[in-house]
Amino acid sequence: MADVVLRDVVKNYGALPVVHAINLDIAHGEFVVLVGPSGCGKSTTLRMIAGLEAISGGTVRIGDRVVNDLPPRDRNISMVFQNYALYPHMSVRENLGFSLHIAKRPKAEIDKAVAEAAEILSLTPLLDRKPGQLSGGQRQRVAMGRAIVRHPDVFLFDEPLSNLDAKLRTQMRVEIKRLHQKVGTTIIYVTHDQIEAITLADRIVIMRDGHIVQIGTPLEVFERPVNAFVATFIGSPPMNLLPATVAGGALRLADGSTIPMPPGLSVRDGQAVHFGVRADNIMPEGHSMPPTAHMAHVEMPVTLTEPLGTETLLFATLAGTEVQAKMLNPRPVRTGEVLRFGIALDKCHLFDATTGASLRV
Amino acid sequence: MYRMRLPPWLLLLLPAFVILLAVVAIPLVLSFYSSFTAFQLTRPETITKWIGTFNYQKAMGDANFWAAFGRTVLLLTVALNLEMLLGLGLALMVAKVTRGQRLLRTMMMFPMMFSPILVGFQFKFIFNDNVGLLNNALQSLGLTDVAIPWLVDGSLAFFAIVFAEVWTSTSVFAILILAGLFAIPQDPVEAARVDGCTPWQTFRYVTLPFLMPFIYIAMAIRSLDVARAYDIVQVMTAGGPARRTELLWTLIGRTGYVDARMGYANAMGYIAILLSIVFTVYFFRKLTTARTSLGMGD
Ligand SMILES: Nc1ncnc2c1ncn2[C@@H]1O[C@H](COP(=O)(O)OP(=O)(O)O)[C@@H](O)[C@H]1O
Ligand SMILES: [Mg+2]
Repeated sequence: MADVVLRDVVKNYGALPVVHAINLDIAHGEFVVLVGPSGCGKSTTLRMIAGLEAISGGTVRIGDRVVNDLPPRDRNISMVFQNYALYPHMSVRENLGFSLHIAKRPKAEIDKAVAEAAEILSLTPLLDRKPGQLSGGQRQRVAMGRAIVRHPDVFLFDEPLSNLDAKLRTQMRVEIKRLHQKVGTTIIYVTHDQIEAITLADRIVIMRDGHIVQIGTPLEVFERPVNAFVATFIGSPPMNLLPATVAGGALRLADGSTIPMPPGLSVRDGQAVHFGVRADNIMPEGHSMPPTAHMAHVEMPVTLTEPLGTETLLFATLAGTEVQAKMLNPRPVRTGEVLRFGIALDKCHLFDATTGASLRV
Repeated sequence: MYRMRLPPWLLLLLPAFVILLAVVAIPLVLSFYSSFTAFQLTRPETITKWIGTFNYQKAMGDANFWAAFGRTVLLLTVALNLEMLLGLGLALMVAKVTRGQRLLRTMMMFPMMFSPILVGFQFKFIFNDNVGLLNNALQSLGLTDVAIPWLVDGSLAFFAIVFAEVWTSTSVFAILILAGLFAIPQDPVEAARVDGCTPWQTFRYVTLPFLMPFIYIAMAIRSLDVARAYDIVQVMTAGGPARRTELLWTLIGRTGYVDARMGYANAMGYIAILLSIVFTVYFFRKLTTARTSLGMGD
């Protein structure tokens, strides 16, 4: 096990910078997820840690060694790739044992390590198959098995689940988490899927355009997004954002209606802002809205409903903007029906309209 | 009015049938038939003189034939392995080049663009013991003061022929292996690097298995080529001196056209074709095995 430290790490492709001086401290045994939209530099960052991409600037440290100039084989890391990257001409057993074979470990030790990994990942009956004879989920498990037999200092995962169907993805997510609990090795995990990030991570690193936007626990980034980008990226459905102006201690929406100012914010009069509220904090009255001290009330016509079983997602219009709200203990709602909604103001956010920065103090 | 009623499909296929018949079937049948006769080119009436399997029996007991057979197999083995190693090295180097790779790839093909006859003459000149480039160079450099009989001594002449073959056709391997290198998925290669492989180990355990199908395709193509080797050898040594470089087809060619014993030549030709078939089947088997082990289609 080892900690991983990135200091001002830069990656340029020719003259094009794709990772801008990022800093990141990852502790022993921590599960860190890099998340962000496609092309934001997550894979590039991971591959610099792995040694598969040259580092253009800054330092990467694993344990007590600066690894900038070490080839991947000397970094004692394991990596699981999006396309599994199994060796197609080797059996599952040979795939799992390959790194130990290369390290010239005795045969008995290799057999034992392979058997152990196969047991953990339920691969034992498949040991003599070739990768071509396995399903996607099984291949992914072999890729993970190949990573764990070596007992590396750090596991690197690059979107390992994105080629699997939804059901399998959920299942493998649990297996990865269980694996981390069992082996306790530091994991750096890249995904573009915020649900994967929230469910897996000890800490989430949100990236955008080669910069780190926010680092925090899943709860922190969910409850206290530093800007409008994080607010809309994390959480499903995405946070509703309504353009508004600060006017005399209240918020004036686009249609001139007002709602009271949420507490705990630093704003100045006349400031153009975006009012942010999650679907969980805007609910029709009489449907189990948790009581809070700061409530606002609005009436909105419902334009679309999406029943999800225990709750229904309501699409409604507020001051000309479409808003998603949640109805717990749902009853059937007609399109066009006007409902009275309560907004839990203390859970709401304001973002500066030009910079996007959160105005929470 | 009378019209012949042929079904349209037959009508449409007829030209192809006729051409195939004229170009392939009739010569094949005729030559096969003549291998059972005492046919001599100078006495056309002998084509009707049926002698059964006499020509084949004669070939079986003909030491010259078997010497040529063995030499052809040796040439095939030596040339193919050399070409494979050199082609692999060449392809690996060219694959590393980032600028001007297109140009290099084109240049690599140059040897294949010359007529083998001309290549034969060129090397005949280079290896000539009196006026040849090679002996001149060796003598000017003071490495030797005798005229080395490159094309006269049996082993030296064999070496010279191998050299010419390799010079002409290494690019077949290089081009096919290069295509293989471009087709290799990067993921397993990167996985191997992370798994602890040195560049050599990555090549040995991951890259090479991916290249094997391409190597076997090149082998199959080239084995057919070398098994029917004639032009370069005919020009350089004509199988001589005193049969020291005799290959199957120089022997067959001489028997048929110089000695005019076409029936016997055809019989040897059919035995020689068996050799080609054996090699082709062998390399295709290897190809299928290599592809199956990579999980590529059955
Ligand atoms: N080899 C390359 N050459 C030039 N640009 C690249 C190369 N690899 C990636 N990029 C660019 O770098 C950016 C980050 O890529 P990547 O790290 O793969 O993003 P992601 O967050 O989706 O994993 C992208 O804009 C991509 O186009
Ligand atoms: Mg990526």
